[in-house]
Amino acid sequence: MTLAAAIRTGDAGLLPSRRDEDWRWTDLRGLLRVLPDASAAFAGDAGAGPFSALGGEDLVLVNGGRAEIAVEAGEARQVCLRFVSRGAGRHASVVRVTLGEGARLRLLESYESDGASLAQVDLDIVQAGQARVERVVIADDDADAVTVSQTQVRLSPGSRFSQSVLTSGARRQRLETRILHPGGQAELRLDGIYLLDGKRHADLTTVVTHQGVDGATGQLTKGVVRDQSRAVFQGRITVAEGADRTAARMAHHGLILSDRAEIDAKPELEIYADDVACAHGNTVGALDQDALFYALQRGIPADEALALLTEAFIGEVVDRIEFEPARDIARAWVTARLGGRP
Amino acid sequence: MTCPMLSISDLHATIGGKEILKGLDLQVPAGEVHAIMGPNGAGKSTLSYVLTGRDGYEVTKGQVKLDGEDLLALSPDQRAAKGVFLSFQYPLEIPGVPALTFVRTALNAQRRSRGEAEASAPEFLKLARGAATALKMDFDMLKRALNVGFSGGEKKRMEILQMAMLKPRFAILDETDSGLDIDALKIVADGVNALRGPDRSMLVITHYQRLLDYIRPNRVHVLSGGRIVDSGGPELALELERAGYDKYASAA
Repeated sequence: MTLAAAIRTGDAGLLPSRRDEDWRWTDLRGLLRVLPDASAAFAGDAGAGPFSALGGEDLVLVNGGRAEIAVEAGEARQVCLRFVSRGAGRHASVVRVTLGEGARLRLLESYESDGASLAQVDLDIVQAGQARVERVVIADDDADAVTVSQTQVRLSPGSRFSQSVLTSGARRQRLETRILHPGGQAELRLDGIYLLDGKRHADLTTVVTHQGVDGATGQLTKGVVRDQSRAVFQGRITVAEGADRTAARMAHHGLILSDRAEIDAKPELEIYADDVACAHGNTVGALDQDALFYALQRGIPADEALALLTEAFIGEVVDRIEFEPARDIARAWVTARLGGRP
Repeated sequence: MTCPMLSISDLHATIGGKEILKGLDLQVPAGEVHAIMGPNGAGKSTLSYVLTGRDGYEVTKGQVKLDGEDLLALSPDQRAAKGVFLSFQYPLEIPGVPALTFVRTALNAQRRSRGEAEASAPEFLKLARGAATALKMDFDMLKRALNVGFSGGEKKRMEILQMAMLKPRFAILDETDSGLDIDALKIVADGVNALRGPDRSMLVITHYQRLLDYIRPNRVHVLSGGRIVDSGGPELALELERAGYDKYASAA
């Protein structure tokens, strides 16, 4: 990983740039001529994260670090995993997660920064058969932060991985998930929400590789961009030769609320198997003016009407979060991000 | 003599630079129901959108007063808070917003705008249940996303339900009969008639006379070529049904 190498060595020349096809819309090298100093260790109190009220174990990495979460076979755990950046330094984190046969994990993850930090996270998840993970991510970064999160997930037959990533972006931010899908009735849900304003940037990149027969993937990403913000959605699903009876569905829908905001979307289905049911839909557009006038005519002021309609648009993705208390927190976070703003 | 609730004088309006209303005069006293009839393209729906302040409908001349106050100076939501309500010819579908949430948001926004207290949850639910029962609507329908998957008749009933709950001072019913079978038409008309009262006026826009058998107007006006070209009692509607709009088309 070139970003990890750049952070380790302090050499800006190692950063991914627009010449890397995969990083074309999230250029780091053009953004950072010089890397910030390595972050100092943080001794203070990191406070509470967005999911802290839900209990479970707390795993907090402040300004980088390493950790492991090993869920034994048959065990069920709930972990609040917080990647916290304090100050304006550079740092990297590595977290290894393993789940034994039939294990269950609720991973409630957050990205919290307060300045012009440069952070990279390498998260690795390996699931044995019948293991289940629900991962809910709230990325609530500072407007000056640069954050890249790179997650690899290895599923086993019969396992299930469900993910909902919510982000408000950063100065530049990429939340990437790569999944090796063995088929064999393993199920995958990969959802995303971006709510951007100001000059924020968010890149939701996913790569799913179906390697065996009878796998299912459902993906729904929705987002709203305002002001001069920019969202990137890159979704690739590859169905390898012989991975028959794969059912994959990908949808991305973006709402542009300002002339100067931008959404770049690249949905890709690469199918090398014969017997598959795959579909993708991608739309980017403005708010329905007829619906807006309807709400205004009923007496709802413009800012409130806009918030109501955009929240309803996003709500479909929030509703898919299975763990209800996390869903409530996600909904409140979306409401706070969209509410009462013209 | 008191001044009329709604007073429109010499109203000119354009859409995309094309003049649609060309000097329209109309007065609706408090407590009365007036019908606007006219051929297709006469400007009926334009009038409803100009009165409610829709973007793209530009008033180039004339004035509109509600209770003596300049309506055209207000934003659409402010007009609604003053009591202007439009029952849409084609009600919008709002995915993801339950009808109850939508109406409650509207009701409370209007109340806030008027400096009144918001409706409490029990008060609001009681109001909604009452309105649904009166319109023979299944209350569970109000928990579904507004108008999504509703039939044409259900959407029109939902418009009247919103009207019953928002209690407007001045209601415009734009082609409320279109898409309704005779049973639905009776239910909707009963709902509208129940809202008639000395403090409420209505403008019923319709192409056909049929609706006016059920919602009896005090006055009937003929809109053609962007102007009111004739006015009379309810009998004028019957005459139009018989003779058509041809004589006005040639006059316009």
